[in-house]
Amino acid sequence: MMLPRRSTILGGAALAAGAAAVPARAQLTIDMTRPTFEPVPIAIVDFAGDRVGADIANVVRNDLQNSGLFRSIPPGSFIQKDVNASAPPQFPAWRQIGAAGVVVGQVGQAGGNIKVDFRLWDVVVGNQAAGLSFTSQPANWRRLAHIIADAIYKRVTGEEGYFDTRIAFVAESGPGNARVKRIAIMDQDGANSRFITDGRTIAITPRFSPTLQEIVYMAYAEDRSPPRVYLQNVDSGRRELLGNFPGMSFAPRFSPDGTKVVMSISENGQSDIYEMDVRGRALRRLTNTPAIDTSPCYSNDGAQIVFNSDRGGSQQLYVMSAGGGGERRISFGEGRYATPVWSPRGDWIAFTKITAGAFGIGVMRADGGGERMLASGFLVEGPTWAPNGRVLAFFRQQPSSAGRSGSVTLHQIDITGRFERQMPTPGDASDPAWSPLIPQ
Amino acid sequence: MRTIKAFAAMAMMLVIAACSSNQQETAAAASTTVTPGSIADFRQNVGDRVFFDTDMSNIREDGRQTLNRQAEWLKKYTNYQITIAGHCDERGTREYNLALGERRANAAKQYLVAQGIPAQRVQTISYGKERPDPVGSDEAAWARNRRAVTELQ
Repeated sequence: MMLPRRSTILGGAALAAGAAAVPARAQLTIDMTRPTFEPVPIAIVDFAGDRVGADIANVVRNDLQNSGLFRSIPPGSFIQKDVNASAPPQFPAWRQIGAAGVVVGQVGQAGGNIKVDFRLWDVVVGNQAAGLSFTSQPANWRRLAHIIADAIYKRVTGEEGYFDTRIAFVAESGPGNARVKRIAIMDQDGANSRFITDGRTIAITPRFSPTLQEIVYMAYAEDRSPPRVYLQNVDSGRRELLGNFPGMSFAPRFSPDGTKVVMSISENGQSDIYEMDVRGRALRRLTNTPAIDTSPCYSNDGAQIVFNSDRGGSQQLYVMSAGGGGERRISFGEGRYATPVWSPRGDWIAFTKITAGAFGIGVMRADGGGERMLASGFLVEGPTWAPNGRVLAFFRQQPSSAGRSGSVTLHQIDITGRFERQMPTPGDASDPAWSPLIPQ
Repeated sequence: MRTIKAFAAMAMMLVIAACSSNQQETAAAASTTVTPGSIADFRQNVGDRVFFDTDMSNIREDGRQTLNRQAEWLKKYTNYQITIAGHCDERGTREYNLALGERRANAAKQYLVAQGIPAQRVQTISYGKERPDPVGSDEAAWARNRRAVTELQ
Protein backbone atom coordinates (compact mmCIF):
# COMPACT_ATOMS: atom_id res chain seq x y z
CA MET A 1 0.00 0.00 0.00
CA MET A 2 1.51 3.31 -1.07
CA LEU A 3 0.81 6.22 1.15
CA PRO A 4 1.56 9.85 0.51
CA ARG A 5 5.06 10.66 1.63
CA ARG A 6 5.29 12.84 4.63
CA SER A 7 6.77 15.99 3.21
CA THR A 8 8.93 18.33 5.14
CA ILE A 9 8.43 21.90 6.12
CA LEU A 10 11.32 23.68 4.50
CA GLY A 11 12.03 26.34 6.99
CA GLY A 12 10.71 28.85 9.46
CA ALA A 13 12.03 32.27 10.31
CA ALA A 14 11.01 34.75 12.93
CA LEU A 15 9.53 38.01 11.66
CA ALA A 16 11.00 41.03 13.39
CA ALA A 17 8.64 42.51 15.89
CA GLY A 18 7.46 46.02 15.00
CA ALA A 19 7.65 47.45 18.48
CA ALA A 20 9.92 46.79 21.42
CA ALA A 21 8.71 43.92 23.54
CA VAL A 22 6.40 45.06 26.30
CA PRO A 23 5.35 42.57 28.99
CA ALA A 24 1.85 41.59 27.89
CA ARG A 25 -1.05 42.12 30.25
CA ALA A 26 -3.38 39.32 31.23
CA GLN A 27 -5.75 39.28 28.30
CA LEU A 28 -3.51 37.68 25.67
CA THR A 29 -1.89 35.28 28.10
CA ILE A 30 -3.25 32.38 30.09
CA ASP A 31 -1.80 31.38 33.42
CA MET A 32 -2.17 27.61 33.09
CA THR A 33 -1.45 27.10 36.79
CA ARG A 34 -4.68 28.86 37.78
CA PRO A 35 -7.66 26.58 38.39
CA THR A 36 -10.02 28.56 36.17
CA PHE A 37 -9.65 31.10 33.40
CA GLU A 38 -11.73 32.56 30.62
CA PRO A 39 -11.01 31.46 27.04
CA VAL A 40 -8.93 34.10 25.26
CA PRO A 41 -11.04 35.92 22.62
CA ILE A 42 -9.04 35.90 19.41
CA ALA A 43 -9.80 37.18 15.89
CA ILE A 44 -8.22 35.26 13.01
CA VAL A 45 -8.44 37.13 9.73
CA ASP A 46 -8.47 35.19 6.44
CA PHE A 47 -4.85 35.12 5.22
CA ALA A 48 -4.31 37.34 2.17
CA GLY A 49 -2.60 36.65 -1.14
CA ASP A 50 -4.07 33.30 -2.19
CA ARG A 51 -7.35 31.38 -2.09
CA VAL A 52 -5.83 28.90 0.37
CA GLY A 53 -5.46 31.78 2.85
CA ALA A 54 -9.08 31.45 3.97
CA ASP A 55 -8.65 27.68 4.42
CA ILE A 56 -5.51 28.22 6.50
CA ALA A 57 -7.36 30.70 8.73
CA ASN A 58 -10.20 28.19 9.18
CA VAL A 59 -7.83 25.44 10.32
CA VAL A 60 -6.18 27.84 12.81
CA ARG A 61 -9.60 28.95 14.17
CA ASN A 62 -10.72 25.35 14.54
CA ASP A 63 -7.53 24.23 16.35
CA LEU A 64 -7.59 27.11 18.84
CA GLN A 65 -11.35 26.93 19.49
CA ASN A 66 -11.18 23.14 20.05
CA SER A 67 -8.48 23.52 22.70
CA GLY A 68 -11.04 25.18 24.95
CA LEU A 69 -8.47 27.87 25.82
CA PHE A 70 -9.49 30.24 23.03
CA ARG A 71 -12.74 31.69 21.75
CA SER A 72 -12.56 32.34 18.01
CA ILE A 73 -14.51 35.53 17.23
CA PRO A 74 -16.75 34.96 14.17
CA PRO A 75 -15.25 36.77 11.14
CA GLY A 76 -18.68 38.23 10.32
CA SER A 77 -18.40 40.52 13.33
CA PHE A 78 -15.02 42.00 12.36
CA ILE A 79 -15.22 45.81 11.97
CA GLN A 80 -11.90 46.37 10.17
CA LYS A 81 -12.35 44.52 6.86
CA ASP A 82 -9.14 45.53 5.04
CA VAL A 83 -6.32 44.39 7.33
CA ASN A 84 -2.84 44.78 5.86
CA ALA A 85 -0.89 41.64 6.74
CA SER A 86 2.36 43.52 7.38
CA ALA A 87 1.10 46.66 9.15
CA PRO A 88 -0.43 46.99 12.62
CA PRO A 89 -4.22 46.58 12.70
CA GLN A 90 -6.53 49.37 13.90
CA PHE A 91 -6.45 48.35 17.54
CA PRO A 92 -9.60 50.25 18.65
CA ALA A 93 -11.68 48.42 16.00
CA TRP A 94 -10.58 45.08 17.48
CA ARG A 95 -10.95 46.19 21.09
CA GLN A 96 -14.52 47.13 20.22
CA ILE A 97 -15.42 43.52 19.33
CA GLY A 98 -13.67 42.25 22.46
CA ALA A 99 -10.63 40.65 20.81
CA ALA A 100 -7.50 40.21 22.94
CA GLY A 101 -5.46 39.16 19.91
CA VAL A 102 -5.63 39.46 16.15
CA VAL A 103 -3.96 37.01 13.77
CA VAL A 104 -3.19 38.17 10.24
CA GLY A 105 -1.25 36.41 7.51
CA GLN A 106 -0.05 36.49 3.94
CA VAL A 107 0.39 33.63 1.47
CA GLY A 108 2.99 34.03 -1.30
CA GLN A 109 4.76 31.94 -3.90
CA ALA A 110 8.40 30.93 -3.56
CA GLY A 111 9.60 28.89 -6.54
CA GLY A 112 6.91 26.18 -6.54
CA ASN A 113 6.51 26.36 -2.78
CA ILE A 114 4.14 28.47 -0.77
CA LYS A 115 5.46 30.97 1.77
CA VAL A 116 3.18 31.87 4.64
CA ASP A 117 3.84 34.80 6.99
CA PHE A 118 1.71 35.36 10.04
CA ARG A 119 1.62 37.85 12.88
CA LEU A 120 -0.18 37.76 16.20
CA TRP A 121 -1.04 41.25 17.44
CA ASP A 122 -1.72 41.93 21.10
CA VAL A 123 -4.78 44.17 20.95
CA VAL A 124 -4.68 45.01 24.64
CA VAL A 125 -1.09 46.26 24.66
CA GLY A 126 -1.04 47.33 21.02
CA ASN A 127 2.06 45.51 19.78
CA GLN A 128 3.17 42.44 17.88
CA ALA A 129 3.24 39.36 20.11
CA ALA A 130 4.50 36.80 17.60
CA GLY A 131 5.44 36.54 13.96
CA LEU A 132 6.82 33.71 11.89
CA SER A 133 7.37 32.78 8.26
CA PHE A 134 7.21 29.27 6.79
CA THR A 135 7.87 27.81 3.37
CA SER A 136 6.54 24.47 2.21
CA GLN A 137 5.05 22.49 -0.64
CA PRO A 138 1.53 23.74 -1.48
CA ALA A 139 0.02 20.35 -0.53
CA ASN A 140 1.28 20.93 3.02
CA TRP A 141 -0.91 23.95 3.72
CA ARG A 142 -2.82 22.21 6.50
CA ARG A 143 0.42 21.42 8.32
CA LEU A 144 1.47 25.06 8.00
CA ALA A 145 -1.85 26.09 9.55
CA HIS A 146 -1.35 23.67 12.47
CA ILE A 147 2.20 24.95 13.00
CA ILE A 148 0.87 28.52 13.12
CA ALA A 149 -1.84 27.47 15.60
CA ASP A 150 0.88 25.82 17.72
CA ALA A 151 2.92 29.05 17.68
CA ILE A 152 -0.10 31.09 18.83
CA TYR A 153 -0.93 28.52 21.53
CA LYS A 154 2.65 28.64 22.80
CA ARG A 155 2.79 32.44 22.82
CA VAL A 156 -0.46 32.73 24.78
CA THR A 157 -0.16 29.76 27.18
CA GLY A 158 3.60 29.47 27.53
CA GLU A 159 3.33 25.76 26.73
CA GLU A 160 4.09 23.75 23.60
CA GLY A 161 1.18 23.22 21.23
CA TYR A 162 -0.12 19.89 19.98
CA PHE A 163 -1.94 20.73 16.74
CA ASP A 164 0.74 19.55 14.27
CA THR A 165 0.20 15.92 15.27
CA ARG A 166 -1.59 12.79 14.13
CA ILE A 167 -3.86 10.23 15.74
CA ALA A 168 -3.65 6.52 15.00
CA PHE A 169 -6.83 4.65 15.85
CA VAL A 170 -8.92 1.56 15.15
CA ALA A 171 -11.59 2.24 12.51
CA GLU A 172 -14.56 -0.01 13.21
CA SER A 173 -17.37 -1.00 10.84
CA GLY A 174 -19.82 -3.81 10.24
CA PRO A 175 -22.09 -5.85 12.54
CA GLY A 176 -21.17 -6.32 16.20
CA ASN A 177 -20.43 -10.04 15.97
CA ALA A 178 -18.18 -9.69 12.88
CA ARG A 179 -16.74 -6.23 13.31
CA VAL A 180 -14.10 -5.05 10.82
CA LYS A 181 -11.25 -3.36 12.73
CA ARG A 182 -8.60 -1.55 10.72
CA ILE A 183 -5.73 0.64 11.81
CA ALA A 184 -6.12 4.19 10.48
CA ILE A 185 -4.18 7.43 10.85
CA MET A 186 -5.55 10.97 10.63
CA ASP A 187 -4.44 14.48 11.44
CA GLN A 188 -5.30 15.57 14.97
CA ASP A 189 -8.26 17.61 13.64
CA GLY A 190 -9.70 14.65 11.71
CA ALA A 191 -8.37 15.60 8.26
CA ASN A 192 -6.45 13.26 5.93
CA SER A 193 -7.77 10.05 7.46
CA ARG A 194 -6.42 6.93 5.76
CA PHE A 195 -6.30 3.21 6.43
CA ILE A 196 -3.03 1.49 7.30
CA THR A 197 -4.31 -2.11 7.33
CA ASP A 198 -6.70 -3.73 4.83
CA GLY A 199 -9.34 -5.05 7.23
CA ARG A 200 -9.08 -8.72 6.23
CA THR A 201 -8.18 -9.53 9.84
CA ILE A 202 -8.74 -7.68 13.12
CA ALA A 203 -5.96 -5.14 13.84
CA ILE A 204 -5.98 -3.21 17.12
CA THR A 205 -3.85 -1.25 19.63
CA PRO A 206 -1.77 0.98 17.29
CA ARG A 207 1.16 2.97 18.80
CA PHE A 208 3.48 5.48 17.10
CA SER A 209 7.25 5.42 17.04
CA PRO A 210 8.74 8.75 18.21
CA THR A 211 9.53 9.74 14.60
CA LEU A 212 6.00 8.77 13.41
CA GLN A 213 7.59 6.73 10.62
CA GLU A 214 6.49 3.45 12.11
CA ILE A 215 3.62 2.06 14.08
CA VAL A 216 3.33 -1.14 16.08
CA TYR A 217 0.01 -2.90 16.51
CA MET A 218 -1.49 -6.33 17.07
CA ALA A 219 -3.21 -8.20 14.25
CA TYR A 220 -4.85 -11.58 13.81
CA ALA A 221 -3.68 -13.96 11.10
CA GLU A 222 -5.96 -15.38 8.42
CA ASP A 223 -5.55 -18.87 9.85
CA ARG A 224 -6.14 -19.78 13.51
CA SER A 225 -2.60 -19.00 14.63
CA PRO A 226 -2.34 -16.59 17.57
CA PRO A 227 -2.50 -12.83 16.93
CA ARG A 228 0.89 -11.13 17.01
CA VAL A 229 2.60 -7.77 17.11
CA TYR A 230 3.59 -6.17 13.80
CA LEU A 231 5.87 -3.26 12.98
CA GLN A 232 4.76 -1.27 9.95
CA ASN A 233 6.32 1.58 8.02
CA VAL A 234 3.61 4.22 7.64
CA ASP A 235 4.93 5.63 4.35
CA SER A 236 5.86 2.46 2.46
CA GLY A 237 3.24 0.21 4.04
CA ARG A 238 5.91 -2.49 4.52
CA ARG A 239 5.16 -4.56 7.60
CA GLU A 240 7.03 -7.22 9.50
CA LEU A 241 6.31 -9.57 12.35
CA LEU A 242 7.98 -8.40 15.54
CA GLY A 243 9.18 -11.77 16.79
CA ASN A 244 7.58 -15.13 15.97
CA PHE A 245 6.53 -16.60 19.30
CA PRO A 246 4.41 -19.72 19.81
CA GLY A 247 1.88 -17.75 21.88
CA MET A 248 0.00 -14.50 21.42
CA SER A 249 2.02 -11.26 21.55
CA PHE A 250 0.07 -8.07 22.25
CA ALA A 251 -0.08 -4.63 23.90
CA PRO A 252 3.05 -3.21 22.20
CA ARG A 253 4.51 0.24 22.87
CA PHE A 254 7.70 2.02 21.78
CA SER A 255 10.32 3.29 24.19
CA PRO A 256 10.67 7.11 24.11
CA ASP A 257 13.87 6.83 22.01
CA GLY A 258 12.24 4.35 19.61
CA THR A 259 14.94 1.69 19.97
CA LYS A 260 12.80 -0.78 21.92
CA VAL A 261 9.26 -2.11 21.97
CA VAL A 262 7.75 -3.40 25.19
CA MET A 263 4.84 -5.87 24.92
CA SER A 264 3.12 -8.86 26.48
CA ILE A 265 3.59 -12.45 25.37
CA SER A 266 1.30 -15.28 26.47
CA GLU A 267 2.35 -18.82 27.22
CA ASN A 268 0.09 -21.48 28.76
CA GLY A 269 -2.40 -18.84 29.83
CA GLN A 270 0.23 -16.71 31.55
CA SER A 271 0.95 -13.23 30.15
CA ASP A 272 4.28 -11.57 30.94
CA ILE A 273 6.02 -8.39 29.80
CA TYR A 274 9.01 -8.51 27.46
CA GLU A 275 11.23 -5.88 25.90
CA MET A 276 12.47 -6.26 22.34
CA ASP A 277 15.33 -4.41 20.71
CA VAL A 278 13.85 -3.13 17.44
CA ARG A 279 17.04 -3.44 15.35
CA GLY A 280 18.62 -6.59 16.70
CA ARG A 281 15.34 -8.24 17.78
CA ALA A 282 16.91 -9.43 21.03
CA LEU A 283 14.19 -10.33 23.52
CA ARG A 284 14.38 -9.76 27.24
CA ARG A 285 11.85 -10.96 29.77
CA LEU A 286 10.85 -8.29 32.31
CA THR A 287 8.18 -10.03 34.43
CA ASN A 288 7.57 -13.65 35.37
CA THR A 289 4.43 -14.32 37.40
CA PRO A 290 1.40 -16.59 36.84
CA ALA A 291 -0.63 -13.36 36.66
CA ILE A 292 -1.74 -11.24 33.72
CA ASP A 293 0.93 -8.55 33.27
CA THR A 294 0.06 -6.26 30.38
CA SER A 295 -0.50 -2.74 28.97
CA PRO A 296 3.14 -1.68 29.64
CA CYS A 297 4.23 1.92 29.04
CA TYR A 298 7.64 3.55 29.52
CA SER A 299 8.13 6.66 31.62
CA ASN A 300 8.98 9.80 29.63
CA ASP A 301 12.70 9.35 30.42
CA GLY A 302 12.62 5.64 29.54
CA ALA A 303 13.90 4.60 32.96
CA GLN A 304 10.71 2.99 34.29
CA ILE A 305 7.73 1.02 33.02
CA VAL A 306 4.18 1.24 34.35
CA PHE A 307 1.84 -1.69 33.65
CA ASN A 308 -1.28 -3.40 34.96
CA SER A 309 -1.29 -6.77 36.68
CA ASP A 310 -3.77 -8.93 38.58
CA ARG A 311 -0.99 -10.53 40.64
CA GLY A 312 -2.53 -9.16 43.84
CA GLY A 313 -5.97 -10.57 43.04
CA SER A 314 -7.40 -7.67 41.04
CA GLN A 315 -6.14 -5.59 38.15
CA GLN A 316 -3.92 -2.78 39.54
CA LEU A 317 -1.10 -0.51 38.38
CA TYR A 318 2.55 -1.32 39.08
CA VAL A 319 5.80 0.47 38.29
CA MET A 320 9.12 -1.31 37.71
CA SER A 321 12.52 -0.29 36.41
CA ALA A 322 12.83 -0.45 32.61
CA GLY A 323 15.17 -3.44 32.81
CA GLY A 324 12.72 -5.28 35.07
CA GLY A 325 12.71 -5.56 38.85
CA GLY A 326 11.78 -3.24 41.69
CA GLU A 327 8.07 -3.79 41.02
CA ARG A 328 5.75 -1.82 43.28
CA ARG A 329 2.02 -1.26 43.27
CA ILE A 330 0.91 2.38 42.89
CA SER A 331 -2.93 2.17 42.64
CA PHE A 332 -4.88 1.69 45.85
CA GLY A 333 -8.33 3.16 45.20
CA GLU A 334 -11.58 1.30 44.86
CA GLY A 335 -12.05 -0.73 41.67
CA ARG A 336 -9.75 -2.08 38.95
CA TYR A 337 -7.09 0.01 37.22
CA ALA A 338 -5.91 -0.53 33.64
CA THR A 339 -4.08 0.89 30.58
CA PRO A 340 -1.63 3.19 32.37
CA VAL A 341 0.09 5.78 30.15
CA TRP A 342 2.90 7.97 31.38
CA SER A 343 2.63 11.67 30.48
CA PRO A 344 5.28 12.98 28.05
CA ARG A 345 6.12 15.48 30.82
CA GLY A 346 6.52 12.73 33.39
CA ASP A 347 4.22 14.33 35.95
CA TRP A 348 1.08 12.18 35.59
CA ILE A 349 0.03 8.64 34.73
CA ALA A 350 -3.37 8.41 33.02
CA PHE A 351 -5.42 5.23 33.35
CA THR A 352 -8.76 3.51 32.81
CA LYS A 353 -10.63 2.70 36.02
CA ILE A 354 -13.39 0.11 36.30
CA THR A 355 -15.79 0.35 39.21
CA ALA A 356 -19.06 -1.50 39.84
CA GLY A 357 -21.17 -0.09 37.04
CA ALA A 358 -18.97 2.33 35.15
CA PHE A 359 -15.65 3.08 33.52
CA GLY A 360 -13.60 6.22 34.09
CA ILE A 361 -10.51 7.98 32.76
CA GLY A 362 -8.27 9.44 35.45
CA VAL A 363 -4.78 10.59 36.30
CA MET A 364 -2.48 9.97 39.26
CA ARG A 365 1.09 10.97 40.02
CA ALA A 366 3.82 8.43 39.36
CA ASP A 367 3.91 7.62 43.09
CA GLY A 368 0.16 6.90 43.02
CA GLY A 369 -0.86 10.10 44.80
CA GLY A 370 -3.20 12.84 43.66
CA GLU A 371 -5.70 10.58 41.88
CA ARG A 372 -8.29 12.57 39.96
CA MET A 373 -11.02 11.36 37.60
CA LEU A 374 -11.54 13.31 34.37
CA ALA A 375 -14.30 11.48 32.49
CA SER A 376 -16.67 8.59 33.08
CA GLY A 377 -19.35 6.61 31.28
CA PHE A 378 -20.75 3.20 30.42
CA LEU A 379 -17.45 2.37 28.72
CA VAL A 380 -14.57 4.82 28.43
CA GLU A 381 -11.13 3.39 27.82
CA GLY A 382 -7.62 3.82 26.55
CA PRO A 383 -6.26 7.29 27.38
CA THR A 384 -3.40 8.67 25.27
CA TRP A 385 -1.48 11.92 25.80
CA ALA A 386 -1.05 14.82 23.43
CA PRO A 387 2.68 15.62 23.27
CA ASN A 388 2.36 18.64 25.58
CA GLY A 389 0.92 16.50 28.41
CA ARG A 390 -2.07 18.83 28.89
CA VAL A 391 -4.67 17.08 26.73
CA LEU A 392 -5.75 13.44 26.57
CA ALA A 393 -7.70 11.46 24.02
CA PHE A 394 -9.68 8.29 24.81
CA PHE A 395 -12.69 6.40 23.45
CA ARG A 396 -16.33 6.12 24.49
CA GLN A 397 -18.53 3.18 23.63
CA GLN A 398 -22.32 3.31 24.01
CA PRO A 399 -24.24 0.21 25.15
CA SER A 400 -25.31 -2.23 22.47
CA SER A 401 -29.01 -2.85 22.10
CA ALA A 402 -31.17 -5.24 20.09
CA GLY A 403 -28.06 -6.98 18.75
CA ARG A 404 -26.60 -3.77 17.36
CA SER A 405 -23.23 -2.45 18.54
CA GLY A 406 -23.31 0.85 20.36
CA SER A 407 -21.42 3.67 18.66
CA VAL A 408 -17.71 4.08 19.46
CA THR A 409 -16.19 7.55 19.31
CA LEU A 410 -12.90 9.33 20.06
CA HIS A 411 -12.84 12.19 22.55
CA GLN A 412 -10.32 14.67 23.86
CA ILE A 413 -10.29 16.28 27.27
CA ASP A 414 -8.10 18.78 29.10
CA ILE A 415 -6.07 17.45 32.03
CA THR A 416 -8.26 19.59 34.30
CA GLY A 417 -11.29 17.55 33.15
CA ARG A 418 -12.70 20.47 31.15
CA PHE A 419 -13.38 20.94 27.45
CA GLU A 420 -14.31 17.38 26.52
CA ARG A 421 -15.18 17.19 22.85
CA GLN A 422 -15.77 14.43 20.36
CA MET A 423 -13.03 14.14 17.73
CA PRO A 424 -14.30 13.77 14.17
CA THR A 425 -13.65 10.36 12.56
CA PRO A 426 -15.01 8.90 9.31
CA GLY A 427 -16.94 6.21 11.21
CA ASP A 428 -16.82 4.35 14.52
CA ALA A 429 -13.37 4.60 16.08
CA SER A 430 -11.59 3.26 19.17
CA ASP A 431 -8.14 2.96 20.71
CA PRO A 432 -6.57 6.35 19.85
CA ALA A 433 -2.80 6.85 19.97
CA TRP A 434 -1.67 10.48 19.86
CA SER A 435 1.60 11.07 18.02
CA PRO A 436 4.44 13.30 19.11
CA LEU A 437 4.76 16.63 17.25
CA ILE A 438 5.55 15.87 13.61
CA PRO A 439 9.27 16.50 13.00
CA GLN A 440 9.61 19.71 10.92
CA MET B 1 -34.98 0.75 41.85
CA ARG B 2 -32.21 -1.68 42.68
CA THR B 3 -34.65 -4.45 43.55
CA ILE B 4 -36.51 -3.96 40.29
CA LYS B 5 -33.23 -4.21 38.37
CA ALA B 6 -32.29 -7.41 40.17
CA PHE B 7 -35.70 -8.90 39.39
CA ALA B 8 -35.33 -7.92 35.77
CA ALA B 9 -31.94 -9.61 35.60
CA MET B 10 -33.31 -12.74 37.25
CA ALA B 11 -36.22 -12.81 34.83
CA MET B 12 -33.77 -12.57 31.93
CA MET B 13 -31.72 -15.44 33.29
CA LEU B 14 -34.82 -17.60 33.70
CA VAL B 15 -35.79 -16.90 30.11
CA ILE B 16 -32.32 -17.85 28.95
CA ALA B 17 -32.28 -21.00 31.05
CA ALA B 18 -35.63 -21.93 29.57
CA CYS B 19 -34.32 -21.27 26.06
CA SER B 20 -31.23 -23.38 26.44
CA SER B 21 -33.10 -26.35 27.89
CA ASN B 22 -35.60 -26.07 25.04
CA GLN B 23 -32.74 -26.04 22.59
CA GLN B 24 -31.26 -29.15 24.15
CA GLU B 25 -34.57 -30.95 23.89
CA THR B 26 -34.96 -30.01 20.23
CA ALA B 27 -31.35 -30.95 19.62
CA ALA B 28 -31.89 -34.35 21.22
CA ALA B 29 -35.05 -34.86 19.22
CA ALA B 30 -33.30 -33.86 16.01
CA SER B 31 -30.10 -35.75 16.72
CA THR B 32 -31.08 -38.53 14.37
CA THR B 33 -30.81 -36.09 11.45
CA VAL B 34 -27.23 -35.12 12.31
CA THR B 35 -24.39 -37.36 11.18
CA PRO B 36 -22.66 -38.78 14.27
CA GLY B 37 -19.07 -37.55 14.41
CA SER B 38 -19.81 -34.39 12.39
CA ILE B 39 -19.14 -30.87 13.61
CA ALA B 40 -22.90 -30.32 13.75
CA ASP B 41 -23.15 -33.40 15.98
CA PHE B 42 -20.49 -31.96 18.28
CA ARG B 43 -22.20 -28.58 18.53
CA GLN B 44 -25.74 -29.87 18.99
CA ASN B 45 -25.32 -32.99 21.06
CA VAL B 46 -22.14 -32.31 23.02
CA GLY B 47 -22.05 -28.52 23.38
CA ASP B 48 -19.13 -26.50 22.02
CA ARG B 49 -18.77 -23.87 24.75
CA VAL B 50 -18.29 -23.37 28.46
CA PHE B 51 -18.96 -20.19 30.44
CA PHE B 52 -17.05 -18.31 33.12
CA ASP B 53 -17.78 -15.98 36.00
CA THR B 54 -16.75 -12.31 35.80
CA ASP B 55 -12.97 -11.91 35.58
CA MET B 56 -12.52 -15.62 36.35
CA SER B 57 -10.99 -18.46 34.37
CA ASN B 58 -11.72 -21.50 36.57
CA ILE B 59 -13.96 -24.15 34.99
CA ARG B 60 -17.36 -24.17 36.69
CA GLU B 61 -19.38 -27.34 37.45
CA ASP B 62 -21.61 -26.83 34.37
CA GLY B 63 -18.45 -26.35 32.29
CA ARG B 64 -16.92 -29.58 33.63
CA GLN B 65 -19.93 -31.52 32.45
CA THR B 66 -19.68 -29.99 28.98
CA LEU B 67 -15.93 -30.60 28.77
CA ASN B 68 -16.36 -34.21 29.96
CA ARG B 69 -18.79 -34.77 27.08
CA GLN B 70 -16.36 -33.01 24.70
CA ALA B 71 -13.47 -35.24 25.82
CA GLU B 72 -15.48 -38.43 25.34
CA TRP B 73 -16.58 -37.33 21.88
CA LEU B 74 -13.09 -36.18 20.83
CA LYS B 75 -11.58 -39.49 21.95
CA LYS B 76 -14.08 -41.26 19.72
CA TYR B 77 -13.56 -39.00 16.71
CA THR B 78 -9.82 -38.48 16.54
CA ASN B 79 -9.60 -36.94 13.06
CA TYR B 80 -10.27 -33.36 14.27
CA GLN B 81 -7.71 -30.77 15.27
CA ILE B 82 -9.00 -28.59 18.08
CA THR B 83 -8.77 -24.83 18.62
CA ILE B 84 -10.20 -23.42 21.82
CA ALA B 85 -11.15 -19.75 21.44
CA GLY B 86 -11.30 -17.72 24.66
CA HIS B 87 -13.59 -14.71 24.89
CA CYS B 88 -14.58 -12.04 27.41
CA ASP B 89 -17.47 -9.72 28.06
CA GLU B 90 -17.06 -6.02 27.24
CA ARG B 91 -16.62 -4.95 30.89
CA GLY B 92 -12.81 -5.02 30.80
CA THR B 93 -10.09 -3.21 28.89
CA ARG B 94 -9.08 -4.47 25.49
CA GLU B 95 -5.53 -5.64 26.27
CA TYR B 96 -6.35 -7.20 29.64
CA ASN B 97 -9.25 -9.06 28.02
CA LEU B 98 -6.92 -10.51 25.39
CA ALA B 99 -4.90 -12.00 28.23
CA LEU B 100 -8.02 -13.13 30.13
CA GLY B 101 -9.42 -14.83 27.02
CA GLU B 102 -6.11 -16.66 26.62
CA ARG B 103 -6.29 -17.77 30.23
CA ARG B 104 -9.85 -19.10 29.75
CA ALA B 105 -8.95 -20.96 26.56
CA ASN B 106 -5.95 -22.45 28.33
CA ALA B 107 -8.08 -23.52 31.33
CA ALA B 108 -10.44 -25.40 28.99
CA LYS B 109 -7.47 -26.92 27.17
CA GLN B 110 -5.86 -28.12 30.40
CA TYR B 111 -9.16 -29.71 31.43
CA LEU B 112 -9.43 -31.62 28.14
CA VAL B 113 -5.80 -32.69 28.37
CA ALA B 114 -6.44 -33.98 31.89
CA GLN B 115 -9.29 -36.06 30.44
CA GLY B 116 -6.85 -37.68 28.04
CA ILE B 117 -6.88 -35.46 24.94
CA PRO B 118 -3.27 -35.10 23.66
CA ALA B 119 -2.01 -31.55 24.24
CA GLN B 120 -0.58 -31.35 20.71
CA ARG B 121 -4.11 -31.81 19.32
CA VAL B 122 -5.31 -28.63 21.02
CA GLN B 123 -4.28 -25.06 20.27
CA THR B 124 -5.70 -21.91 21.83
CA ILE B 125 -6.52 -18.43 20.59
CA SER B 126 -7.91 -15.42 22.42
CA TYR B 127 -10.36 -12.93 20.97
CA GLY B 128 -10.64 -10.86 24.14
CA LYS B 129 -13.79 -8.76 23.78
CA GLU B 130 -13.40 -8.36 20.01
CA ARG B 131 -15.96 -11.03 18.93
CA PRO B 132 -19.08 -10.81 21.13
CA ASP B 133 -21.75 -13.52 20.76
CA PRO B 134 -24.41 -12.43 21.41
CA VAL B 135 -24.00 -8.66 20.88
CA GLY B 136 -25.51 -7.01 23.93
CA SER B 137 -24.86 -4.82 26.95
CA ASP B 138 -26.76 -6.54 29.76
CA GLU B 139 -25.87 -9.19 32.34
CA ALA B 140 -27.37 -11.98 30.24
CA ALA B 141 -25.28 -11.09 27.17
CA TRP B 142 -22.13 -10.67 29.24
CA ALA B 143 -22.63 -14.10 30.88
CA ARG B 144 -22.84 -15.72 27.41
CA ASN B 145 -19.76 -13.79 26.23
CA ARG B 146 -17.45 -15.02 29.02
CA ARG B 147 -16.81 -18.23 27.13
CA ALA B 148 -14.35 -20.73 25.72
CA VAL B 149 -15.51 -22.27 22.46
CA THR B 150 -14.10 -25.59 21.23
CA GLU B 151 -13.74 -25.33 17.46
CA LEU B 152 -12.93 -28.32 15.28
CA GLN B 153 -10.94 -28.39 12.05
